[in-house]
Amino acid sequence: MRRLIPIACAIAMLAGLSGAETILIRNATVLTVTKGTVQNGSVLVENGKIAAIGKNVSAPADATIVDATGKYLMPGIIDCHSHTAIEGGVNEGTVSDSSMVNIKDVIDPEDINIYRGLAGGLTVSNVLHGSANAVGGQTIVIKLRWGKTAREMLFEGATPGIKFALGENPKRQGYPSQNFFSQGPAPERRFPGTRMGVEEVIRESFTDAKNYQAEWKQYHDAVARGEHPIPPRKDLRLEPLVEVLEGKRYVHAHCYRSDEILMLLRVADEMGFKIRTLQHVLEGYKVAREIAEHGTGASTFSDWWAYKIEAYDATPYNAAIMTRKGVVVSLNSDSDELQRHLNLEAAKVMRYGGLSETEALAMVTINPAKQLGIDNQVGSIEVGKSGDMVLFDKHPLDYYSKVQKVWIDGHDYFDRDKDLETRPEFQKKKKALEDKLKVAEDTGTRQGKRNASNAASTPMIEENQ
Amino acid sequence: MRSVYLMLPALLWASVALRAEVPSAIAIKDAHVVTVSGEDLPKATVILRDGLIQDVGANASIPPDAWVIDGAGLTVYPGFINALSTWGIPQPGPNRAVATAGNVPQQAAPATPAPNPAPRSHGPEDRPQTYSFERAADMVEPSDSRLEAVRAAGFTTSATFPNRGIVEGLGALIDLAGERGRDMVIAQPIGQQIEFRVGGGGMGRSFPSSLMGNIAYVRQLYLDLGQYKQAKETYVAHPNGNRRPEYDHDLEGLAESPRLLLPADECQQVDRILNFGRELKVPFVVYGLHEGYRRIDELKQANVPVLISLKWPERPKDADPNDIPNYRDLLMQEQAPAVPGMLAKAGVKFAFYSDGVDSAPDLKKALKKTVDAGLSRADAIRALTVNAAEIYGVGDRLGSIEKGKIANLVVTKGEAFDDKSTVEYVFVDGKEFQPSKEQQQPPQGGERRGTNPADEGDANGGVN
Repeated sequence: MRRLIPIACAIAMLAGLSGAETILIRNATVLTVTKGTVQNGSVLVENGKIAAIGKNVSAPADATIVDATGKYLMPGIIDCHSHTAIEGGVNEGTVSDSSMVNIKDVIDPEDINIYRGLAGGLTVSNVLHGSANAVGGQTIVIKLRWGKTAREMLFEGATPGIKFALGENPKRQGYPSQNFFSQGPAPERRFPGTRMGVEEVIRESFTDAKNYQAEWKQYHDAVARGEHPIPPRKDLRLEPLVEVLEGKRYVHAHCYRSDEILMLLRVADEMGFKIRTLQHVLEGYKVAREIAEHGTGASTFSDWWAYKIEAYDATPYNAAIMTRKGVVVSLNSDSDELQRHLNLEAAKVMRYGGLSETEALAMVTINPAKQLGIDNQVGSIEVGKSGDMVLFDKHPLDYYSKVQKVWIDGHDYFDRDKDLETRPEFQKKKKALEDKLKVAEDTGTRQGKRNASNAASTPMIEENQ
Repeated sequence: MRSVYLMLPALLWASVALRAEVPSAIAIKDAHVVTVSGEDLPKATVILRDGLIQDVGANASIPPDAWVIDGAGLTVYPGFINALSTWGIPQPGPNRAVATAGNVPQQAAPATPAPNPAPRSHGPEDRPQTYSFERAADMVEPSDSRLEAVRAAGFTTSATFPNRGIVEGLGALIDLAGERGRDMVIAQPIGQQIEFRVGGGGMGRSFPSSLMGNIAYVRQLYLDLGQYKQAKETYVAHPNGNRRPEYDHDLEGLAESPRLLLPADECQQVDRILNFGRELKVPFVVYGLHEGYRRIDELKQANVPVLISLKWPERPKDADPNDIPNYRDLLMQEQAPAVPGMLAKAGVKFAFYSDGVDSAPDLKKALKKTVDAGLSRADAIRALTVNAAEIYGVGDRLGSIEKGKIANLVVTKGEAFDDKSTVEYVFVDGKEFQPSKEQQQPPQGGERRGTNPADEGDANGGVN
């Protein structure tokens, strides 16, 4: 995968060139996820949308035909928990309520992990703020339109979110790490230091938000009465929380322990908002009924736990158990590496819990789409949905399967053959540039003795490529 | 006897001061004059009086009281303007002052005390790292030891900003010489510089420590400013029954600023900052732009002036030889100096800023690099003169050689930016300086470390 870095730029240019075209993918095993499997099926994409699916689909003369004989077509993979493509810090971890910050402001469309994700069939990421605070920053859903700007990557119409976090991370008091090597006075500790405190921060923030809501209502009422009140201050911390209260923003809550999960559901009920998804939720299997009753989704890991105390009482059957109890469950990556093979994460729920092939695929397609409220647009291969699809050479739940092509809105964003083809050319170009810069450097600022040492370092760099 | 010894330095000083005293008029005769505003005059005379350009032209008559400089073989340009720096604000660190003829004897630069570690900020309400009320105009001193060095590169003027915090204070356009700080100020306030301080990748001690925290903070500040203005207006119109709005020091500083300087180096940062600037609804200037070659059209469309850093990206000198260079970085190293040429072709208004490059040879080298990369000499001169002046709204006073403008000039032997060219004279407010040849040469012996503080990993904290 590491080798994918250099060609990324070349591919970006190719992706940028391809317009919205009509594509017919022919003779694939089409894993629609929601409408069964079509053997030897064809899918037609027009104007970025899926226009037809079936055994016999006719295409206009100008359509690009992709022969997918022996290959598998599935919906683009969706990751409900990602920290990819964030510039300048995943957390604003200095405060217990960082709801004033917004991931949307710092999406880095140049992050190579976007391309690497594409190479694993990923097309949509729920890019979350970190888990350092009880009430975290605002979050955003992106489509991995590699080569486009940050704004062009935003998933149009997707409801924005906000990150919450329970347990160990938010109660670390702002990570005042003092060790043997630390210099200067210990940093001031941050409230809270206990799980009780985490609960209190959430309750307090929403109390503030309600007061804020009331304050603005009072102001608008006064203006309506023809008075001349001084307007209240617009508070970026409380605005998103008011949106949560109004149902315009989803809460994605990082959590592990069952007692805390219940706590959060109760606080949400008390304050009058919904938890859209529980993230990680390793003990979700213990309280699956309560989660289902709240209509809350669960986004968990397939088989990753025990990386900290609160993450010990876990089981790989978690996803299956919650599914059977009626929870909409997705499997997420939380990682630039894991996002590249979420299809294999999905496969594990067949081994642990005996879910069906379709249920497994749903964990990384239609289920996360439902959790993010975008299932009317993506998450399955259905007529009218976006042309977000992945072509695998083998069944995507097969360990040896490889992504061949990825389309988003009918645009070609990853092509394994093109990628491999452009590598030698790219390496040549890069080498030429390196040499040119080296010459410029040697004839420029550095003279005499320094030349020798520079020259000596050159072959080493090349060898390491 | 003793008193004579005591008087000796005083006498020396007096003679130095006399030498530096502005004669009633100066005429640079028969020189090649690059007026910038009009035609190049291959053989013309420039007359300076009382700190202003009294006349310029082929037939300008030389007043009888003028000192005459024979301009044969010399080229006269408007003084160069550094569009963003801390020049003039004495920097902490070892005193590098060298007293030479033509200069006011310098004292040790008063070291600004290291700021106390600020208390932990708990959010935007604490107004973290906000120095919006500080004025460069109150901070500049002729004792800044960098002034002499940069005059030797032909710089007479700088848009100087205090360099502290996120909201860095009100900048001033200053001349790079003067008896006292107040003599140096041409215009102020000329703007407010924003710098994103991302410490600890979001897990620092104090809000904000992530990039998104910085952005949210600045956004909140401007929302507060809007509310503050509205509240004050409402209160003035309807004081009865309303509580008076609290006086806000930080917001007053913001309110006073005619424009905002926003940082963006890489292409996604350019996108971000153009959107952000529009959102804030204040006139703004973007500074940095080393990856600007990927956003020329967008910058053109945005119609926003830009300041290009002269600290061209290079392979880090202490790079691990085992590191595989990133293609994007390599491309940036190659392309950054070509950005000004591309901007000029596209018709985007741009100027240059020093970004920690503080010595004459380094400045000259940096400017030559961009000329070699495709920027025409005329456009380079425009960027250094009239563009910078216009960006800061002082094009009527500075930036070209025209009758009545401030007498800031640089006089070279050979064309500016040429390897062999030298700066013969610099005039600041009509006052003559003759930079020494040593200051214009790179130090001999190859090893430049230690000689030039700009190399010492941003001795000034780095403007950027």
